[in-house]
Amino acid sequence: MQKGVMRPGHVQIRVMDLNEALEHYCNVVGLIETDRDAEGRVYLKAWTEVDRYSVVLREADSPGMDFMGFKVLNNEVLDTLREDLTAYGCEIEDIAAGELNNCGRRVRFKAPTGHFFELYAEKERTGKWGVTNVNPEAWPRDLKGMKAERFDHCLLYGTDVPATVKLFEDVLGFSLAEQVVDPDGKRIAGFITTGMKAHDVAFIECPEPNKFHHASFCLDTWDSVLRAADLLTMTDTPKDIGPTRHGLTHGQTIYFFDPSGNRNEVFCGGDYHYPDHEPVTWKAEDLGKAIFYHDRALNERFLEVLT
Amino acid sequence: MHRIQDAKKRWEFMCGEDSSLLIAMNKAGAKYIPVGCRAGGCGVCKVKILSGECHTKTMSRAKVTELDEARGVVLACRAYPRSDMVIDVAVKNEIKQ
Repeated sequence: MQKGVMRPGHVQIRVMDLNEALEHYCNVVGLIETDRDAEGRVYLKAWTEVDRYSVVLREADSPGMDFMGFKVLNNEVLDTLREDLTAYGCEIEDIAAGELNNCGRRVRFKAPTGHFFELYAEKERTGKWGVTNVNPEAWPRDLKGMKAERFDHCLLYGTDVPATVKLFEDVLGFSLAEQVVDPDGKRIAGFITTGMKAHDVAFIECPEPNKFHHASFCLDTWDSVLRAADLLTMTDTPKDIGPTRHGLTHGQTIYFFDPSGNRNEVFCGGDYHYPDHEPVTWKAEDLGKAIFYHDRALNERFLEVLT
Repeated sequence: MHRIQDAKKRWEFMCGEDSSLLIAMNKAGAKYIPVGCRAGGCGVCKVKILSGECHTKTMSRAKVTELDEARGVVLACRAYPRSDMVIDVAVKNEIKQ
């Protein structure tokens, strides 16, 4: 049952060297710098996004994710969801408009997995980058690197995935698209969506809270994923795995690392989900096939290499 | 080139000053030290320096504390040798040969 949460809106990622990170995210992934703030944070967007930014980089002494934000329909929805989160027992932090440049007030809460999420209704809409909204051309001609089209989702590792999925379903109106269930019936992974996409955020159970597995960016075709892999070699960027296909979501994918060790994904394709769809279930004993459909085995990094 | 050995002399590889320990090991086709993000973030390639000198690039403070660093703990992906070195693989994973 949808409750007015529209889509992923932003992710703030910690990096250990801002200039190295910008070289990576702008010239390799193909995001576009759109702003900086007094704290030194840099704001980036992918070209098809309509808002001013979706990725915020913050220099820090350890990498990882500070928070992920979802955009909701309007301020009335924001107020309602704030009340619902409070009633559900979540501790709320209200963040004033402007703490992130050109972003309205945000309602932040901590999920049982230990991650911080936030909801907001307003952010400056600058339109797609490099194309107009009337008779638009197919794509802008001066994109760089992998030409990422959209910040798509995050995969997060933490404690108590079942409680986190329940919170997102019951309070925020997300729908469980896919899950991994162990032989005892415990859900050890949940891929949830607020629209038709296979996932807007995904969780995998892990003894340590608040771990960041990856931020993912959408590309248009399998050929783009292959060329993304070419670029990783050309730039000597550490690759994790791929190009290959996931079992979960059936997306075509490549994993790699930014210069601070945060994992990135670029992908294309994948399944769709409507609210009346039963969740797709993968068995934990077949997790290798669920994650890496061709290898049918996890690499040793998938479960342990996190920031 | 500098000689990088483990404490019990079970293995060694050669590493130039412009290469990290981890990349040199990888290029030698060896798996003595676990390979993770190769960017100083995930901490799986943590090793302890028993002797020798290296230059280190920025490492995640969440993985290598100041105390760790003072005790010679480094991430092999961020350590560039300045002499022959003897190291111990410090992570929970047993040395994979």
